Amino acid sequence: MKNDKNKNREVCDSYIRDFQGFEAQLNGQSSTPFHKERVKAISTFAELGFPTTRQEKWKYTNIASLIKEKFELASKKQINARDLGPYLFRGLEENRLVFVNGFFSTELSTFSVPAGVVIKDLNAAHDSHSELIEKHLAKHLKIAEQPFAALNTAFAQNGAFIYVPRNVVVEKPLHILYISDPDGKPFHNHPRNLIILEQSSQMSLIESHHGAKDDVYFNNFVTEVVVERNASLDHIKIQDESKGAYHFSATQAKVARDARFKSTGVDLGGSISRNDINIEFTGENAEARLLGFYYATGTQLMDNHTFIDHAVPHCDSNELFKGFLDDKSHGVFNGAVLVRPDAQKTNAFQQNQAILISKDATIDAKPELEIFADDVLCSHGATIGEIQDEHLFYLRSRGIGEEMAKAMLHIAFANDIFERIKIEAVREKLENEIITRFGEKS
Amino acid sequence: MISIKDLHASVDGTEILKGIDLEVKPGEVHAVMGPNGSGKSTLANVLAGRDEYKVTGGSVSYNDKDLLEMAPEDRAREGLFLAFQYPVEIPGVSNANFLKAAVNAIRQHNGEDALDAMDFLTMVKERLQLVEMDQKLLHRSVNEGFSGGEKKRNEIFQMAVLEPTLGILDETDSGLDIDALKIVANGVNKLRSPERSFIIVTHYQRLLDYIVPDFVHVLANGRIVKSGGKELALYLEKNGYDNLMNGNGKA
Ligand SMILES: Nc1ncnc2c1ncn2[C@@H]1O[C@H](COP(=O)(O)OP(=O)(O)OP(=O)(O)O)[C@@H](O)[C@H]1O
Ligand SMILES: [Mg+2]
Repeated sequence: MKNDKNKNREVCDSYIRDFQGFEAQLNGQSSTPFHKERVKAISTFAELGFPTTRQEKWKYTNIASLIKEKFELASKKQINARDLGPYLFRGLEENRLVFVNGFFSTELSTFSVPAGVVIKDLNAAHDSHSELIEKHLAKHLKIAEQPFAALNTAFAQNGAFIYVPRNVVVEKPLHILYISDPDGKPFHNHPRNLIILEQSSQMSLIESHHGAKDDVYFNNFVTEVVVERNASLDHIKIQDESKGAYHFSATQAKVARDARFKSTGVDLGGSISRNDINIEFTGENAEARLLGFYYATGTQLMDNHTFIDHAVPHCDSNELFKGFLDDKSHGVFNGAVLVRPDAQKTNAFQQNQAILISKDATIDAKPELEIFADDVLCSHGATIGEIQDEHLFYLRSRGIGEEMAKAMLHIAFANDIFERIKIEAVREKLENEIITRFGEKS
Repeated sequence: MISIKDLHASVDGTEILKGIDLEVKPGEVHAVMGPNGSGKSTLANVLAGRDEYKVTGGSVSYNDKDLLEMAPEDRAREGLFLAFQYPVEIPGVSNANFLKAAVNAIRQHNGEDALDAMDFLTMVKERLQLVEMDQKLLHRSVNEGFSGGEKKRNEIFQMAVLEPTLGILDETDSGLDIDALKIVANGVNKLRSPERSFIIVTHYQRLLDYIVPDFVHVLANGRIVKSGGKELALYLEKNGYDNLMNGNGKA
């Protein structure tokens, strides 16, 4: 126990030293107002340290292996445009923002957007859109209890900056790619996205994360989302990191009156992945839909933590998470919903369904409902299933082989999520991906 | 075709089938009747290979092969088809995908090429007409949200597509109104041929007006207690099973 503590301390110190190096190379940016947030954040991180399983929010997610690993700051890396091929979606190839090892790649990025819409890397936005940055960056996320988010804020420099002005509807979805290639040198990297949708605007974003083989690296994302009145954001995040990667991601969304936020998370890669999605309703009649799909094999750990803050009346939250856990993998789902005393007429629905393909796979699922208003409709459920014997028998009784029948039933289970993905090219590619992966397993 | 000898089977340790003997020759239609809980569905499911039902004795030979040794999918590929008493709903699996997988698995087994999408659709549309079902059904999930009657018709539709050599119908007529019943019966009659046989489980003589059986058997308490021609069904309709079950049946 004592040793663990020392180790944690020691490792934290190494990040703090890296911060000093990082700070030194910031030049002009170290005089921006945001830099004060960085300095505050690194000291918050220094106080918190990395979480342990003794903390409630990390009870089932042991990150000891992350702490043991030695990471250095990421360095730039060139890749070819044709290397992107396998990651692109039909029809959306020319609308992309590409980051390699966290660094923005001007050469690989290409997009066209309606007038007034801003898409650029956050680093550049510090100069061009300092007002928006000052107003929003690190203003929505609370880092006091989130060591990973604090660490991100300290190192945050690159990432996507998206701004959609009033009444503008961006028809074509934007694809943001995060590609990691550590070249044998495990890195830590802290990309930061800021997405601002002004009143009655609308946009779809697809964020995808890629790594190769067993490469070891540590990606620690924060995405701040501001959906202003009557605006609508559809955000899809596909996590397909390398099998040796650590992927942490915190999303903080503020959803205003009459606004809609839809988040679809798909987790396929990573050795440990953890998504924190926090929704704060700031006005009535706002809606949040959180969908999640995960498929873990080997010893992968996939963790989804959601928190919905129903602070005002008449808002609607709907969460559906579904996953497959094979081999010795481990799934975690924690869905916290807070309905504050004023939040009458709240609708909150939450469902987590996991299928344990192997006997050695485990899931820890926990709803956490705190309801302080009386006129609300809240429901939650968690099911742990296997494929139903009756279904399997029905298919087999028609001549379909056992493996094929199982694969069909698996796809059917996942379809519940996929059919809610409105961008057809994305849905198709994901379906094929899952079918391929099942094929490889059986 | 199929030869069942002294078949014993149990569920959860309780013996349900207590020695069934039944011989079905090519082209024959056998009706199996009997009170609720007598073991009719158990027999049907044992033949289809459902493993909750444990065979504890006896033998079943099907086209000179040991049926009980075969996996359910192999039984189907060899031409056995069970129309379920309670067809399950399978959300997320479309009827079209399901049937295509089934047709092609069976074709592959028979050394035939897989059907392409066009040929498959043409064939399926034609069979849909046989049971007067809407084409839209193909894109819906298997049985999901179907009425009882639709589920039963879907079973017959699947049978028409898969063209088995032995069709076992477990109460496909129960709960059907007369129009649906005629459709189901018509579907079966169209498939009748000198090479194809049927075992038809039913509670109602009415079905047998439309599908005229060669033999009628009464299953009670896990045994076949009486066998006869189609007139036995008429007798049962009038007199019920009580006489037979009191031990007089062996006559
Ligand atoms: N899966 C099962 N688990 C436990 N008992 C079962 C199961 N299936 C059937 N049984 C029992 O076995 C006996 C025979 O059932 P079966 O379904 O074969 O009857 P049946 O003749 O088809 O009746 P019905 O006319 O009502 O359909 C009944 O007592 C039933 O309760
Ligand atoms: Mg029955």
